[in-house]
Amino acid sequence: MKPKHKHNISSEISISYIVTKKKLTMIAALGVTLGIAIFVFMNSMMKGFDRTSTEGIFKTVPHIRLFKDDETSKPLAQQIQKGEETVIVNPRIVPENNVLVNPNSLIALLQHQDQVTVVTPQVNTNVFYNSGKSQISGLSTGVNIAEADRMFNIRSYVVEGNMDDLKSVQNGILLVVGIAQKMNVRTGDNITITSSRNVIKVMKVVGLFRTNNSVTDKSRSYINISLAQQLLQKNSSYITDINVNVTEFDNAADYAARFSKLTGYKAEDWKAANETLMAAGKMRKIIITLISFSILLVAGFGIYNILNMTISQKINDIAILKAMGFKGGDVIRIFVQQALIIGMIGLAIGLLLATVLVNVLAHVYVGGDIGYFPIRFEPSMYARGFLFGFIITFFAGYIPARKAADVDPVSIFRK
Amino acid sequence: MSAQEIVLQTKNVGKYFYDPEKFRVLNNISIQANKGEFLTLIGKSGSGKSTLLYLLSTMDTDYDGEIFIDDIKVTGMHQNQLAALRNEKIGFVFQFHYLLPEFSCLKNVMIPALRLGNYTRKEIEERAYKKLEMLGLKDQALKPASKLSGGQQQRVAIARALINDPKIIMGDEPTGNLDSKNTQIVFDIFKQLTREFGQTIVAVTHDNDFAEHSDRTIVMQDGVIIDQNFKVS
Repeated sequence: MKPKHKHNISSEISISYIVTKKKLTMIAALGVTLGIAIFVFMNSMMKGFDRTSTEGIFKTVPHIRLFKDDETSKPLAQQIQKGEETVIVNPRIVPENNVLVNPNSLIALLQHQDQVTVVTPQVNTNVFYNSGKSQISGLSTGVNIAEADRMFNIRSYVVEGNMDDLKSVQNGILLVVGIAQKMNVRTGDNITITSSRNVIKVMKVVGLFRTNNSVTDKSRSYINISLAQQLLQKNSSYITDINVNVTEFDNAADYAARFSKLTGYKAEDWKAANETLMAAGKMRKIIITLISFSILLVAGFGIYNILNMTISQKINDIAILKAMGFKGGDVIRIFVQQALIIGMIGLAIGLLLATVLVNVLAHVYVGGDIGYFPIRFEPSMYARGFLFGFIITFFAGYIPARKAADVDPVSIFRK
Repeated sequence: MSAQEIVLQTKNVGKYFYDPEKFRVLNNISIQANKGEFLTLIGKSGSGKSTLLYLLSTMDTDYDGEIFIDDIKVTGMHQNQLAALRNEKIGFVFQFHYLLPEFSCLKNVMIPALRLGNYTRKEIEERAYKKLEMLGLKDQALKPASKLSGGQQQRVAIARALINDPKIIMGDEPTGNLDSKNTQIVFDIFKQLTREFGQTIVAVTHDNDFAEHSDRTIVMQDGVIIDQNFKVS
């Protein structure tokens, strides 16, 4: 038989237990507050670190780089069976150009793939920047500047001059600030560069840029791709790299594998190209996740404690409620609800506190490559904090509540 | 009284205790209680009378034999079904009142009815007031249960046992902690319930005087019934 009216007596009882234990409730809630605040804060911080790190990488590294990998020579005959004569082989790198054959059709092919945003060819060449007798070695990257800008957002690093001038000035060069200072050149000045093939070109500085990466800032420059080909004494079909950006850079490895199969050339994703950074990031993630979860778990123990205490103090109430017809589920509801109310108070204040912490830290200047502390309001971390806070709170309530539901009222009444 | 209606019946009920060692605490108990009957169980301590009461209460399900409440076989029912059955058909009064100290007397009385949910909250409140009035506690209704005297608390507990108009009211030493004046009050209430409302009372007691004035007394000794219709002489 279904009851005609549903009265939520269980929650009235749980609220009364909270009201009579205000102090302990607040302490348990405070535990959750700190736990959740630190959880959200640390995870937001981690996300910020990750973002800064990937942003730093994407200043110079594409999501996927397609190039011709060095090949090792294969023996002409396979190893013969045991007992027969042995062929001695000495594998060597095949002396071949690192050039992509028919790059334009490759580019066209890649451009038609799903979720590909930018495809751009690139020719890298080692150069010397000359000024009088002094020479500084560096790396000049021949690019189609409009496409490269879409990929690396070069425009945002330009501190002087105009990036777009590279389109109109054939022998233009976009120079990194570090080199410009050493060479004592500014926008509009000329600079001589010498390639490894001993080709000497007089370049016109169209602008200066700064990436805040100390290695890049001491060597890099952007020039037009045709000029890079000239420096290497190659024709216009000489392309060493094709850079590809995709919409979901986290899945770059999958795309890379597909492109590799598609083109027959080696496609390397940004994670593979930066394994050390990735490993460091992974360690950071493990440590922060471990610490933040531990803190959250400790907060859960606070709730678990207060519930265990309530249950042992209210064992008579539980017995009489069961005698009067409260089912096991009703008893569980009373205590889980108590835990959830404490947890929700803690969660609400904790999320507020996390916001304050994030805001304060976001205004702390740390300098260097980073500038302001790389943290910001991360809704996904709030959602995650709320979810895990809720789950931990639930179990911190459910485990003692189940024990309460199993109380044998007869054993209490007969004491 | 005319045609007797049986509301509580046991058939060959027995029970073992396992701690500290296996021991037959009840043996071959077959009793029945009629509608409107005021039944008391007496016996020395250790005679198994309380154990029997808790079997009848459906809270202890570890026994052999069969128990019927209001023509429903309760033996073998699931815990949740038993809880629902207790909620609707049985009221309990113990030696100790077991009121929830945080709640007012009125709220304490209302709890079983709120659980049952047969009436709206307003109706339940009115009914609770009526029960408290019947027990002479209407003016104490809004006080916290912990602020009342022992006799008053026990009467609130009785009002709570009555709120769902149960068929059976079970008492484990319901007057055990009361002075003679309050004992008399409780006794009169029980009598009134059986006579006016046709409710059945089954109470375990040490109090021979209390048992003497009940309709029928069952005497137990060493886990068996030695007299189904005992009269204190």
